[in-house]
Amino acid sequence: MQSALQGIRVIDFGHVLAGPWCTMQLASLGAEVIKVETRSRPDEQRAQHGKGAVANLEANSNFFEINLGKKSVTLNLTTEEGKALAKQLVATADLVLENMRPGVMAKLGLDYDELRKVKPDIIMLSLSGFGGTGPLRRYAAYNPCFTSVGGTSNLTGYAEKKPNTMTNSGGDARAGTAAVFAALVALKFRQETGKGQYIDSSSSEVINSMIGDQMMDYAMNQRSPRRHGNTDKVMAPHNVYRCAGQDAWLSIAVGSEDEWAGLVRAMGNPAWASEADFATMSARKANEARLDQLIGEWTADKDHVATMHLLQGEGVAATPSFKASELFNDPHVLARGQVQEVDHAVLGTRKTITSPYRMSETEVAIRGTAPFIGADTAYVLKDILKLDDAEIARLEEAKVIY
Amino acid sequence: MDALKARVIELADFVAGPYCGKLLADFGADVIKIEKPGRGDDARYIGPFKDDEPNPEASGTFLYLNTNKRSVELDIETAEGRATFLELIKTADVLIEDRMPGELAKLGLGYEDLHAVNPNLVVTSITPFGQVGPYKDFKAYHLNLYHASGQGYLLPMWAINLDVPPCQGPGYLGLFDGGMAGATATLAALFWRDAGGTGQHVDVSIHHAMMTLERSQLRRFIDDGVDPNRTGKGRLLESLVECKDGEFAVVILSSQQQWEGLWRAMGQPEWGAQPPFDTQKGRSDNYAELRKRLNDWSRTVSQDDLFHSIQREGSAAAPILTAEGVFKLEQFRQRGHFVTIEHPVAGALEYIAQPTRPSGVELAPKRPAPLLGQHTAEVLGELHASAN
Repeated sequence: MQSALQGIRVIDFGHVLAGPWCTMQLASLGAEVIKVETRSRPDEQRAQHGKGAVANLEANSNFFEINLGKKSVTLNLTTEEGKALAKQLVATADLVLENMRPGVMAKLGLDYDELRKVKPDIIMLSLSGFGGTGPLRRYAAYNPCFTSVGGTSNLTGYAEKKPNTMTNSGGDARAGTAAVFAALVALKFRQETGKGQYIDSSSSEVINSMIGDQMMDYAMNQRSPRRHGNTDKVMAPHNVYRCAGQDAWLSIAVGSEDEWAGLVRAMGNPAWASEADFATMSARKANEARLDQLIGEWTADKDHVATMHLLQGEGVAATPSFKASELFNDPHVLARGQVQEVDHAVLGTRKTITSPYRMSETEVAIRGTAPFIGADTAYVLKDILKLDDAEIARLEEAKVIY
Repeated sequence: MDALKARVIELADFVAGPYCGKLLADFGADVIKIEKPGRGDDARYIGPFKDDEPNPEASGTFLYLNTNKRSVELDIETAEGRATFLELIKTADVLIEDRMPGELAKLGLGYEDLHAVNPNLVVTSITPFGQVGPYKDFKAYHLNLYHASGQGYLLPMWAINLDVPPCQGPGYLGLFDGGMAGATATLAALFWRDAGGTGQHVDVSIHHAMMTLERSQLRRFIDDGVDPNRTGKGRLLESLVECKDGEFAVVILSSQQQWEGLWRAMGQPEWGAQPPFDTQKGRSDNYAELRKRLNDWSRTVSQDDLFHSIQREGSAAAPILTAEGVFKLEQFRQRGHFVTIEHPVAGALEYIAQPTRPSGVELAPKRPAPLLGQHTAEVLGELHASAN
């Protein structure tokens, strides 16, 4: 089976999360991704784990998670020869990605203006927390920073509680995913016009654009929307309900009279459900606190998965708040191929999550494990850059290849 | 003028499918939105509305998600409507659809039917759980998807204990994730088709898209067999702090280096250089007390001062912005994060722009979301003209 991006070569100067995330998705679509890295300053995801630095650069499972299916070449970009080799590599490629702090690539002589000299139609993507221009361009940003500036932190959590710092890596992941989209837009433009492209993407802007609908209230009414937990403006019930078992919850949302009738049937037609307080959507919304309590009493001794099936059978939108352990063993997740086992020489055989689209004519797949640092150096230098063994030995000696 | 040279038919409602269409339309694709006659997209009814007065032509959610598209009123439940739909499909490169699996096939408009009239067509189906698997027919709103994907179980992060129920994410973020996955796969399919391939069927599961995005947290279970949860115990990463003006900010605590910049910005308080607060481990073990002390300081400075003073010391911090804060941020303004679009009913409004703008591409001026059926005559006229 062919792959959508077969024949496309990506040079990946990404590190930490957002950049590597993007190139891993490109690899799953069939691109050849070559990660340029160095032992003199290893990717933080290799070198840092939990509470500090680690000796083994191959033992971090989060590095594994976002570098699957890539190749790795070690080039020390602080050396002149290392930079020159990186440029030669770019000259053979279609796309370059980097997410260093703005200005670093220019300092290395590897910015877009330099790279287009060696490959005029190169596509280059730069990702950073605030973007490569503007007064904040040099400011540091980790995931919680750009979810905060991007407006999602303020809208996450319960109305009566403080905003949420969104410590998960969802902001990086979304910045990386938007970069995949941008890369494909640029590849499509190049296919039509023959022209390359530079894209300077700000993670804060990406995050904010994904709640752009929420921003419209300010645009129209100069009013900032507020976080509202699990509730909805119109729908009720619309919440999570505690079920039997350890920290087990079921989400239920009712958006129509048919769905309400289905919920009432599933609950065994309790008398309270026919009260005027719950007769219409707006009545249910007005009496939401009592409604939530009554539904919670019903779910309290139920199994959350069995109750999902019961409610779905009655046409009601209901799903558990799944834990990781449940997802990795869920029958739908397994049937759709949402998880897959991948071998790794240090981490062992691990289950991991696949790319979210299935394509009927082109393969979307995890094509290999996460590479050891420098695992493909010989391939890159000999097969792509046509260096001979003596030259490679010299470069290793000089710690250009390092 | 540059543009994605593609004609896209969008048979999709609310957020996920329309966001997929918007991503293509904003980069120049000709996106034709099929709407139910007299009713239109559900997002027309969700708001927000100017002064809270409902108007299906001026719903903020619809306006944002449907920029640069054309609207055609067409009822595919009728034989005539289906015939017109198939004529449109013959001229199209892409169909984006969000009907439940099997629904279009029942109307004679399934992938095989469409492929037969146009083998170069890319059909992108975006549904809660995808086209295959035991949950494929399950209903799910944004709330349900957030929880089913594993993302909801991890929110709100830093919950004080597990009595705080898990929580959905902001806005319709999860549905945007589905739309983004759809647009990405659609472009990949078009790229391959135009490099000598054919049309194909792209199956996007919003649930799968959201689960993929949470991989860095979910893998913790694979590491040690323990489910990560929303209490975030034992992970010294950052802290929420409250500022003098009642606004909030986040400070990063993930390394000694980050701490030292923050400590300098605080004016080098003695306690910060003494045990137990002088090491990562000490700060982690005394996180509650650390948070209290950080807040004692942060309540004496404004959100803005806190942000800039810590960043000046080389460490990361950020203001937690409301929508107002977003619109007032000079960084966003200077970078063209806002675009003013004039709409015949809603008037001129500032919209959030596409964030990944290619530098060398000159796109057509932004057009507003269409009125219901605004382009019916125009699009059907084009069809007849090309048929003659």
